[in-house]
Amino acid sequence: MPRVEVLKTYKIAIGGQLPRTESGRYYPLTGKNGTPLANVSLSSRKDLRNAVVAARSACGGWSGRAAFNRGQILYRIAEMMEGRKAQFIDELMLQGSSRAAAEKEVTMSIDRLVYYSGWCDKYQQSFGTVNPVASSHFNFSVPEPTGVVAIVAPEESGLLGLVSVVAPCIAGGNTCVVLASEQRPLSSITFAEVLATSDVPGGVVNILTGTTKELLSHFASHMDVNALVYCRHDAAEKMSIVQLGAGNVKRTMVWEKDWTKDEQENPYLLLELQEIKTTWHPIENIGASGAKY
Amino acid sequence: MAAAVAATTSSDINSMSTSSTKRSAVPSLSFFKDWTYVPAPESSDHIHLKDQYGLFINGEFVRPHSKRYFDTINPATEKKIAEIADADEKDVDAAVTAAANASAKIWKRMPGKERSKYIYRIARMIQERAREFAVIETMDGGKPIRESRDVDVPLAANHFFYYAGWADKLDYAFPNRRPQPLGVAGQIIPWNFPLLMAAWKIAPALACGNTVVLKPAETTSLTALKLAEIIQESGLPAGVVNIVTGFGKTGAAIVNHPGVNKVAFTGSTDVGKIIQKAIAGTGKKATLELGGKAANIVFDDAPIDQAVEGIVNGIFFNQGHVCCAGSRLLVQEGVAEIVIRKLKDRMETLIVGDPMDKNTDIGAINSKEQLKKINEYISIGVNEGAELYQSSCTLPSKGFFCKPTLFLNTSQSHRLVQEEIFGPVLAVQTFRTVEEAIEKANNIPYGLSAGIWTDKGSKIFNMTSKMRAGVVWANTYNKFDPTSPFGGYKESGYGREGGLHGLLPYVQW
Repeated sequence: MPRVEVLKTYKIAIGGQLPRTESGRYYPLTGKNGTPLANVSLSSRKDLRNAVVAARSACGGWSGRAAFNRGQILYRIAEMMEGRKAQFIDELMLQGSSRAAAEKEVTMSIDRLVYYSGWCDKYQQSFGTVNPVASSHFNFSVPEPTGVVAIVAPEESGLLGLVSVVAPCIAGGNTCVVLASEQRPLSSITFAEVLATSDVPGGVVNILTGTTKELLSHFASHMDVNALVYCRHDAAEKMSIVQLGAGNVKRTMVWEKDWTKDEQENPYLLLELQEIKTTWHPIENIGASGAKY
Repeated sequence: MAAAVAATTSSDINSMSTSSTKRSAVPSLSFFKDWTYVPAPESSDHIHLKDQYGLFINGEFVRPHSKRYFDTINPATEKKIAEIADADEKDVDAAVTAAANASAKIWKRMPGKERSKYIYRIARMIQERAREFAVIETMDGGKPIRESRDVDVPLAANHFFYYAGWADKLDYAFPNRRPQPLGVAGQIIPWNFPLLMAAWKIAPALACGNTVVLKPAETTSLTALKLAEIIQESGLPAGVVNIVTGFGKTGAAIVNHPGVNKVAFTGSTDVGKIIQKAIAGTGKKATLELGGKAANIVFDDAPIDQAVEGIVNGIFFNQGHVCCAGSRLLVQEGVAEIVIRKLKDRMETLIVGDPMDKNTDIGAINSKEQLKKINEYISIGVNEGAELYQSSCTLPSKGFFCKPTLFLNTSQSHRLVQEEIFGPVLAVQTFRTVEEAIEKANNIPYGLSAGIWTDKGSKIFNMTSKMRAGVVWANTYNKFDPTSPFGGYKESGYGREGGLHGLLPYVQW
């Protein structure tokens, strides 16, 4: 008798846990020839709110970590993915990719993580400044994370697209709530499993599956989300996120890019999810006239 | 506030008290009886103002299509100064068309090296006419002449000077990128620092190769129009800078004009949100510099006398019409009593009155409407149960004035603590621990600025890094410089003005 396969239940990722959606609702995902692949969670507004709470509570700890340590953790994610390369390739093929395309997508995703791992303790030096003010003050500007970032991940690139947006976001000390690709969601949950074993603190990356129809307005209007990155192509959705985002002056941005291109990994994406903080302190002038070099 | 500061520090401030019973027991200085200041008014004889101003479009002053004009008054005397054109949609369209033409035909193509020389010219011409600008700024806006002379006008000139030098060096600002201009920038500025805000907006836009349509606030159009005269004299190609005056409708026409590629707005968070909604789906870039409600945090190890000066400067500078004003005082419990006593004493010495007088510390409230709003908030504070304290100064009978005001016993949920008042009204709260100070400071929708007062360096850096605010002053307050980026976190807006970071909102690649 042939062995009966054990089918994987794809859950969602909130606060370091992999819970089921509270909605109790699913959408079926089918493979190439119509064979059922999995039932995927239809995340609800409540899931989103829980995820934002988790992301917010993880914010202080993650942004407060040594930049060097964040770099090590991103590198660790890459290591763990490398070890599960075959699984990611299989999963992409199940969702319709050719073997060559799947291999390319997985290796590029890993390399992208390594790339942003390196930026974790360097962008501050590229984008920070010491400002030569005319008065007797020491004045400097540093980038700081914007906070909780909502990401509507690219639809057509379920793994590489997701990694290309999440990596610069968390490399910069932000935490995020991601809505995964609707038709290619499986890699995102496997990626969450990788994160769970990569020393990434719970709540730094929260991943929901579901539809923009149900969730986008809540992503855009949530008052405790600081920024929203939208990576899809719907003109009406692009407009509505800016309108709804205005409720708390949310930084909304549209990243419609070909993520297979090398130029789509750069620190300017990271910079878009940073605030610039400027600090002033007086410099005592006493004795200055006697100073000698 | 040099005169009053000197007087205070030369006296024994600890022996001063506002209570009359204590006053008789301990000798102290009364600044309004023992020391009187002889009026020292700045002359306005030398300034040149027209009776009526048109719109500055395509290098010419033109009559508005609307044919409408409105009066601009001196808020200290309520006397009319001049008539200002009220631009309608047709006027805005003409300005945007002029800016788009100038962008395509001249400015975008001009080498940065040549662009920079025009901007340097403007900087120099402001310096040459600094006193005239200062006097007009004070007459039209009500701010003390000392501030317009020593802060607004020099900073405005320096801003042009600083950004002029960037025009041919942009490739060095953004490694591995070739920055290009956006096109036409529509810029809307507030009434609290009229000329300075115009400089903050125009200088980086021009340096990056953009052209400009700028709208000053309706109560303070004059210095922007005087700047237009300088721009005309400087030989800057026609249409590169256009200045249209008017009210909110004029601003909306700029924001909504399809020819505008970039919106830069400084003003209230409410209007900022409207603008963010209005440009949705248009692809226009925006910089929003919105409201604030900064915490000025005084620890028990702070240099108290310096901190009191910082608190006064934080909230009473420019009548409190400052988006980054230190409008919330958070003082550690152990020193709350002495800080508040010294603060009250210091408030007694503040001279409120004629903005043209060089002794004046606090000038006129910018408009009747703003005075009404401030007074409403003072009633709200009283009704919320906070304890009101105002200095005992007398206010001029004409004009719009407000006494320096503080509220004690306020709590985090009070509207006085949560909302921006934009006037000389300070809400005082106390705290015990560092954690509590951080929590209270950040627990508002705004995130523009903050102040920290302590003698301990490690505490300074802990606090400055924990503040969710774009500008943090440690042991100082309300300092500005063209090289120093300014702008907010959270609902205080996005984008930076000033410094290298101030270039980013005006380029693309």
